[in-house]
Amino acid sequence: MIEIDGLTKRYGDKTAVDGLSFVVEPGVVTGFLGPNGAGKSTTMRMIAGLDRPDSGTVRVNGKHYPQAPAPMAELGILLDARSVHPGLSARANLLALARTAGIGRRRVDEVIELAGLGEVAGTRAGGFSLGMGQRLGVAAALLGQPQTVVLDEPVNGLDPDGVRWIRLLLKSLATEGHTVLVSSHLMSEMAQTATQLVVLGRGKLITEASVEDFTGRATGTGVLVRTPEPVRLGQLLAAPGITVINDGTDTLRVSGTTAEQIGTAAWRAHLPVFELTPTHASLEEAFMQVTRDSIEYHAGATR
Amino acid sequence: MSAITRPGLAPAQGAPAPAPMTPAPATVAGPVTQVRVVRAEWTKLRALRSTRWSALTAIVLIVGLGAIIAGSGTPYKISGSNTAAVGISTALLGVLFAQLVVGMVGVLAFSGEYGTGMIRATLAVVPSRLPVLWAKVIVLAGLVLPVSMLCVFLDYFTAAAIESSRGGSAFSLTDPGVLRTVVGSSLYLTVVVIIGLALGALLRKTAAGLSVFAAVFFVIPIIVAVLPHKITGFASYLPTNVGGALWGDPQTTAHALSPWTGFACLCGYAIVLTALAAWQLRRRDA
Repeated sequence: MIEIDGLTKRYGDKTAVDGLSFVVEPGVVTGFLGPNGAGKSTTMRMIAGLDRPDSGTVRVNGKHYPQAPAPMAELGILLDARSVHPGLSARANLLALARTAGIGRRRVDEVIELAGLGEVAGTRAGGFSLGMGQRLGVAAALLGQPQTVVLDEPVNGLDPDGVRWIRLLLKSLATEGHTVLVSSHLMSEMAQTATQLVVLGRGKLITEASVEDFTGRATGTGVLVRTPEPVRLGQLLAAPGITVINDGTDTLRVSGTTAEQIGTAAWRAHLPVFELTPTHASLEEAFMQVTRDSIEYHAGATR
Repeated sequence: MSAITRPGLAPAQGAPAPAPMTPAPATVAGPVTQVRVVRAEWTKLRALRSTRWSALTAIVLIVGLGAIIAGSGTPYKISGSNTAAVGISTALLGVLFAQLVVGMVGVLAFSGEYGTGMIRATLAVVPSRLPVLWAKVIVLAGLVLPVSMLCVFLDYFTAAAIESSRGGSAFSLTDPGVLRTVVGSSLYLTVVVIIGLALGALLRKTAAGLSVFAAVFFVIPIIVAVLPHKITGFASYLPTNVGGALWGDPQTTAHALSPWTGFACLCGYAIVLTALAAWQLRRRDA
């Protein structure tokens, strides 16, 4: 479990993280979302005790991490920037970390196999591709079989096989009872992996919700109704809290009610319905809507 | 690359995965101890190619230069102010060059980790941080002391053999000050690596660490040697000079401090710099 309370971090006069509070529960994969510069990586560095918060607290599995007697049993972390020595082999990099916790060579070889680095374990990490570097970083995070795993952009640079590996890995970690916090900019991937979400914008918490609730709240979630009587059905459905959009064709977009209620109402009024399709906003659409106001760096000519 | 078939942390033949929300799954990670961090730092140091190259370079510089000096010019005769100790410290001239290699190894031990980003991995697994600094002090001193001791004794025996074969005086380790000069040069290099380490930790950048180190240990001593003494009084307290008091540093003739006071002063510099590095390591973001 990760408990973050009132966390604030300033670099010079820029506030990277601003009064952030949220909890990451064990047993589920929690996605950590936010535009570039929202403060995700800074928060992750503070979780690992690498950056000192200006105020607020972070507790990992109920403890103040820098004072944990066996840190590698508590937290495994993959940071956004590379954190391996290019002059050391993958195995030496992992072994150096393992030694600090009395972890033996067998476990090192185990995570090397787990990460699919068996063939390159003896080569210097400096020659690794982005994807190989990521695999090495994930291997390092898993080394101590930590209770809590924090991964910043783990699928960055991975091939499809690697992306799938990360997805299955995270889910199985959660099932085993670990706490899993993972950030990614690939929304489709996140939608498949995470069940809980923490969304940041400009260093502040925007929302903490399940993926289902988060996408359910976004516009674009509703029911598509195709009928030869769009006007009459529209009038019939109109009620407070229900939005009906009639674009002049035979199709209505209805939000605020369910397909069951629309179908029943149409049947009672003897109005024919040819098609009745619940639609969902994608995680990407929901994310864009929620973070529109807090995007730090807009692309130049998109709007 | 082979396909990955087995996600999860548990080994393949492990027990079935526990139900969700099971408290604290089994872990292989034990507590961090100073001894374990020392082993971790030793793992890094011995696996780095630069360590081997530096050791080799130091041996060649010290023993090679010593042999060249002993084998050239007029054979050394012990008499008056030309003591046995002065003759041996002259043969140890290579120490002045080897100190640059040793200092570089010290600087890189920290700046190399900051430069590559490995420091984040290192400090994430040892979040109390200070054991990392102490471990680096221990492994570097533990490497430099025996290697440099080997170098300077090889240098002594080589130089002594060459001198006597050319008709120079016979040297003995029991001659006044000779053993102190030989052992002292190795102790000097051992403290130098700690000073380099502290500079690397304080400055974090390899270029900055190496520049400051080279300035203090190489450039400034040469400059002050050619300037009038009035404005270079401080030179007596340069680390090369106070350390030179112990092993004879052929570059400097007059040492302000007695051998062991000078060495204590050198250790003082190392302790102050290491203490500053420790304070900063605790305080600053990684």
